[in-house]
Amino acid sequence: MISINKKLALTALVTVMLSACGGSSSDSEEMVVVVPAPDPMFTYTYQVIVTNLTYAQPMSPVALVLHNEGQLWSVGEMASVALENLAESGDNSAVLAESIVLSGQGGAGLILPGMSEMVDVSYTVSDENNAPTMLSLATMLVNTNDAFTGINALAINNLAVGESISLTTSSYDSGTEKNSELMTTIPGPAGGGTGEGFNAERNDIDKVAMHSGVVSADDGLMVSALTQAHRFDNPTLAVMVTRTE
Amino acid sequence: MNTLLSNAVKKTTKIKNTALFLSTALLMSTSALTQAQELDIKVTNLTQGIHFTPILIAAHDGDTQLFKSGEMASSELQMMAEGGDISGLSTMLTTADKAENPAMGLLAPTMSTETMLSTADGNMYLSVVAMMLPTNDGFIGLNSWKIPTEAGMYTFTVNAYDAGTEANDEMITGGGAPGAAGIPAAPGMNAGTGGTGVTMTEDNAYVHIHRGSLGDDDLAGGKSDLDNTVHRWLNPVARITVTVK
Repeated sequence: MISINKKLALTALVTVMLSACGGSSSDSEEMVVVVPAPDPMFTYTYQVIVTNLTYAQPMSPVALVLHNEGQLWSVGEMASVALENLAESGDNSAVLAESIVLSGQGGAGLILPGMSEMVDVSYTVSDENNAPTMLSLATMLVNTNDAFTGINALAINNLAVGESISLTTSSYDSGTEKNSELMTTIPGPAGGGTGEGFNAERNDIDKVAMHSGVVSADDGLMVSALTQAHRFDNPTLAVMVTRTE
Repeated sequence: MNTLLSNAVKKTTKIKNTALFLSTALLMSTSALTQAQELDIKVTNLTQGIHFTPILIAAHDGDTQLFKSGEMASSELQMMAEGGDISGLSTMLTTADKAENPAMGLLAPTMSTETMLSTADGNMYLSVVAMMLPTNDGFIGLNSWKIPTEAGMYTFTVNAYDAGTEANDEMITGGGAPGAAGIPAAPGMNAGTGGTGVTMTEDNAYVHIHRGSLGDDDLAGGKSDLDNTVHRWLNPVARITVTVK
């Protein structure tokens, strides 16, 4: 296991440094360095392949996290400020820093329609009883006001190395920004690059719900910056989670 | 038989917990044929802008169906889908175990309601229906889900159906009686007036998956009295969690 090798190498390095230190110290006759045997370490690694199933909704860089309590969102509850950030602006940093997160990994960049990205996340523990039990993922549909999709607290505790779980995801509305579809409110390319992202004001129902889809100017919302191309239906992502270590 | 099973249980306790679990499941599935089941049932409205009228939950035998896709709605289903009146369906269910109106009225967007249900011999299938407001004859529908005999928590989502009994004119007229045109009420935000009607015909007279509401961006006119940024939805529209005790 890589982690054990790393730990051993680190221990060896520390020993050498301490010996060197001891050798240069003229006052001490001899220094005995006791290096405890390394604890066994257990690393859990999950490879997640995310595929964007939409026609014209780029997905913001994903937030992929391991945790063993809580969830990133709950229908009927207020969105956390971290989730609001992700859902309104596509910024995953606050979700990755949520207190429940044992280990988090951000995506490399936007996942364009039809494209896939592979993201790995790992967590190392010294006690197998502290293994991560849940995996969550969130990403914004960037040509919307505050739509996001992802996986919420997927149970991974029974997933053996080499086993996979495949699923598709539905889209949610963080409830923190009214779905005006105005150009000034869409952070994705449909907003022309000047649309606002995060705004702390909450002017929608302030509860997470499933998303009702975008209307678009082509389908009767004259002020909308969106076109028929930005409409989407569920599901919006295909996800495969494989435990690789 | 009892001695045999208890011997089996005794044996398995010595071997493995998982084996014990399996024989417990076997015991339960055997007893389920002769004993009632106790269920906790939770229904969550996943939509952002649609209310559910009183919900009817029923455990029934394999010959009973509240509705069936591709067949014409019964007059009792029509009463429920057009006006939210579940009394007809309830009366029809003579041998079923029922939970009527667990939310004590409307179930607002993103809200949940919970109820208990004791099922009798042979009532092995679960069905759930409730009208969706504001729609002409849209309803949430679960048809004959086989209730598991193994204890545990089971979660699934359900879709929106159209009873096929009324034209989806999307005009909020108060028309809730079977055969009366129009939508009885829009309990949430943004009910419009003065719409000219989206369509005056219902060409598919069979129960089918609802195509969704159209709405418009003119609350004082246009074709529809619905708001296209508030009263649309995507499937699924409800989540049901059944705990088999």
